[in-house]
Amino acid sequence: MKKFFSTALARGLFWQLIGTLVGAGLVTGIRVLMGLSATDKFFFTEPAWVLGGFFGVLFFLAGNGSVSDWFKWARGIETPEHHEEQYTGWEKYLNVSLDHKVIGIQYTVTALLLICVGGLFALIFRTELAQSQLQFLKVDMKLFGQNGPELYNTLMSLHGMIMIVSILLGVAGIMNYVVPLLLGARDMAFPRLNAFSYWIAVPAAVLLLMSLVLGGFGTGWTGYPPLSARAPVGVQMFFLGVFTAGWSSILGALNVIVTVVRMRSKGMTAMRMPIFVWASVATSIIAMTATQLIGLSFQLVMFQRLFGMGFFDPAKGGNPVLFQHLFWFYSHPAVYVFVLPGLGVISELLPVFARKPLFGYRWVAMSSMGIALVGFLVWAHHMFTSGMNEYLRLPFMYSTLLVAIPTGVKFFSWVATIWKGKLTYPAAMLFVLGGIISFLLGGLTGPPNATVSVDLHLHDTYFIVGHFHDTIFGGFVFPFFAALYYWFPKATGRRMNEFWGKVHFWLMTPSFFVLTLGMMRIGLLGMRRRIVDYDPALNFDSTHLVLTIAGYLIGLAVLIFIINFFYSISHGEKAEGNVWNSRSPEWQVPSPMPTHNYDQPFEVVGEPYDYGLAGSKYVEFAKPEKSKNK
Amino acid sequence: MRHFVIVGILVLVTAVLTYVGLDVAGVATQMNPIEASAQSIPIDWLWNWEIMAICFLFALIIVPMAYSMLVFRRKQGDTTDAEHIEGNTTLEITWTVIPLFAVLALAYMGAYSLGETRRIDPNAMIIKVKGQQFVWTFEYPDTGIISTELHLPVDQQVLLKMESADVIHSFWVPEFRVKQDVVPGRVTEYRITPILVGSYKVRCAELCGASHAYMESPVIVDTRADYNSWIAEQVAIVAASQTPEGLGKLLTVKNGCIGCHSVDGTKMTGPTWFGLFGTKVDLADGSTVTADDAYVTESILDPKAKLVTGFAPVMPPFKLTDIEIANIIAYLKTLK
Repeated sequence: MKKFFSTALARGLFWQLIGTLVGAGLVTGIRVLMGLSATDKFFFTEPAWVLGGFFGVLFFLAGNGSVSDWFKWARGIETPEHHEEQYTGWEKYLNVSLDHKVIGIQYTVTALLLICVGGLFALIFRTELAQSQLQFLKVDMKLFGQNGPELYNTLMSLHGMIMIVSILLGVAGIMNYVVPLLLGARDMAFPRLNAFSYWIAVPAAVLLLMSLVLGGFGTGWTGYPPLSARAPVGVQMFFLGVFTAGWSSILGALNVIVTVVRMRSKGMTAMRMPIFVWASVATSIIAMTATQLIGLSFQLVMFQRLFGMGFFDPAKGGNPVLFQHLFWFYSHPAVYVFVLPGLGVISELLPVFARKPLFGYRWVAMSSMGIALVGFLVWAHHMFTSGMNEYLRLPFMYSTLLVAIPTGVKFFSWVATIWKGKLTYPAAMLFVLGGIISFLLGGLTGPPNATVSVDLHLHDTYFIVGHFHDTIFGGFVFPFFAALYYWFPKATGRRMNEFWGKVHFWLMTPSFFVLTLGMMRIGLLGMRRRIVDYDPALNFDSTHLVLTIAGYLIGLAVLIFIINFFYSISHGEKAEGNVWNSRSPEWQVPSPMPTHNYDQPFEVVGEPYDYGLAGSKYVEFAKPEKSKNK
Repeated sequence: MRHFVIVGILVLVTAVLTYVGLDVAGVATQMNPIEASAQSIPIDWLWNWEIMAICFLFALIIVPMAYSMLVFRRKQGDTTDAEHIEGNTTLEITWTVIPLFAVLALAYMGAYSLGETRRIDPNAMIIKVKGQQFVWTFEYPDTGIISTELHLPVDQQVLLKMESADVIHSFWVPEFRVKQDVVPGRVTEYRITPILVGSYKVRCAELCGASHAYMESPVIVDTRADYNSWIAEQVAIVAASQTPEGLGKLLTVKNGCIGCHSVDGTKMTGPTWFGLFGTKVDLADGSTVTADDAYVTESILDPKAKLVTGFAPVMPPFKLTDIEIANIIAYLKTLK
């Protein structure tokens, strides 16, 4: 326990608390001097909480040591290029490390933790929805200053944002761990920035969870004003949390792009990069250039609340629809930030388990870039009913439908890769195939939403909820699990239990399809999204009960996965060799990966996915004595 | 070649079976619920084409995947790699160009369908709609009627001019298909032609606060004769309401009060008004207060000053004149 309290995580959280009190105290002091009220419903006043939240983040980063090297440089003190690891075992992961593999695992475990929190919130409100009328989130209950329906709205909104942050961290986790290994780099281009990008996400997650106890925010994760301008102070913590998490995303993306551009091994031309690297670059371009817009849009609402600036307040000449444009300019491309790496995982793993080259490698690589670029031009399809100018609807319908083309290229290429393949089905491959099918359902239910007139019915219903859960599960959740099963031996030298991996898959997949298809069905019939209760006359009770049971089964499956994951770290079957018989460079060296990655540099001498071509090789390692001469 | 022929046939069979299955489930030829507006017909027409395309594409991906997994499956003990097939540029161009044209065709159909749903009848009847947390009110400008129920004559295009008093709401009648947000600071339009007599509900589709789920109001499509008699009835009520009680009642409708307060004792979002005036009210802070003129006035102008126990503090303040409040109090006294 003592060891825990001396870790960077514990120190950071402690300093975040101090920072929050200092910031809030500062504002409260000024308010007292100005003769304004010092306290409010949640002890501090809203401006005090906002500055407190902001100071909390700064104190966290200063207190846990993730910025100390930069401070040393500023003071003229030199630090070693790469710190030797001071810690071993679990302590390594709770302290600041500059090793991309440690940071990748930190990201991944944090993402898993947040998936559990977000999932738990979902199960709570899914339970309430099992029947019409209010069962336990009643009007006369009171928790964190919220009654039942208000708490429902908060949990539903937090489910959305916590899952989004968790996905961003999961994506960053896989990219951090895998990209330098695939490139043959010793680390990311900027190791300190990498550590900073991870650690800033931790106080961000704390801020998001703080919103729950500070009155919540019943606005949905979209936080549309004027509703968010009227919400309790919790919404400010939500805005601040997202704003902070955005830094993690932007800086992490910058790091990935520079690493890929500058640190590829000899011979790794653009068209010989592993396909996952292409996906990572595509996703990072979006994350680096679009995330600013969600930060900005939330910041404008923060200022509207704090300083009375009427950006979105019609009474002051503001425009509520403008917010939606700013918000979706990030939040639509964000969907591609979530799914492109996942689709990259599918393309990366499929050849390994089909024992065949990836069909049309160049086309798959270009389709990621195509999706990323077209993704910037489609945001207003979330606003067909918003009251924006009517002539904008058609161009956005066309641009949205165009996304189907690069996406189609991916599907056809996957099918062609599977065609005549000699497939094996370990858990990782099952999740790859599950991901394809789930993303197929998500993709096919997309065009109806893109055609304006049909969307006038579908918008804001459970049809949309089912559609995007299919895309996100297919594009992220299934491939994420696949990636974890696949690269787990690389990180630990052990493999996860296959039997429980298969139980996880066969429990989760059917339940998930029941859940999303059921959602779409009642959505068509008139089930609106984001409602705590539904009209019993609609006869949705039995469907909702089935959906709730399916939700619990998914929860159980993920629980099995979590246990398997943590148990296998120390108890899994040893797997130090090339367990998957992959051509990829990271599998040509023993697991777990040494601290500074490859002992010998490698040169790319062939195509990455030439399975079935006798005598071909992707990489060739330099001979030890040869490298000594250099 | 044999494999491609078999897969081709299986794709078609699977596509047809999927479509038939969805049709049995009631989601292919129309979206369901029933089509109650002229606008729902072009929308469901497009939906049906989309479902056909979805069924075909679903089969096109799933069938070759499943076929390959079954037919080309790894033989027991075989540890070799599969055939080395790197790609095929002709195929890639084919499955880029054909979908491009398919998508353009779909977009064209989408534009056509949207055009049909927006077709304007110059003789459309105008009704004003106001959305506020958490009620809809409808005002008929020709007759001055204000109602919490929307009555529409069948086969007559209506143009709803919608405004919001607070946050964004969204006007959606699932049977009409069309949905339109109601945005503060501007007037949005909703154009609909009911074609089926019946009783529906408008359901707010944009999250608008704690009681968003309950922001529903009846929408009744009447025959022309029934509609006219409803109008006559309402006009008579307005005419007979020139007393303080009558004017008070109209005010409670106009301001949306009765969206949350029942007049017959039913528990809704706010306390019922039935038998309220003159009785003791238990407050959330444990004290009690008599529901007299002063209490009612305060509760209208500053609802959060005294909170009734068991109810959420969700009511916004209403800026009413002294005379209007006096009329409402007069009306409350009649509710026994």
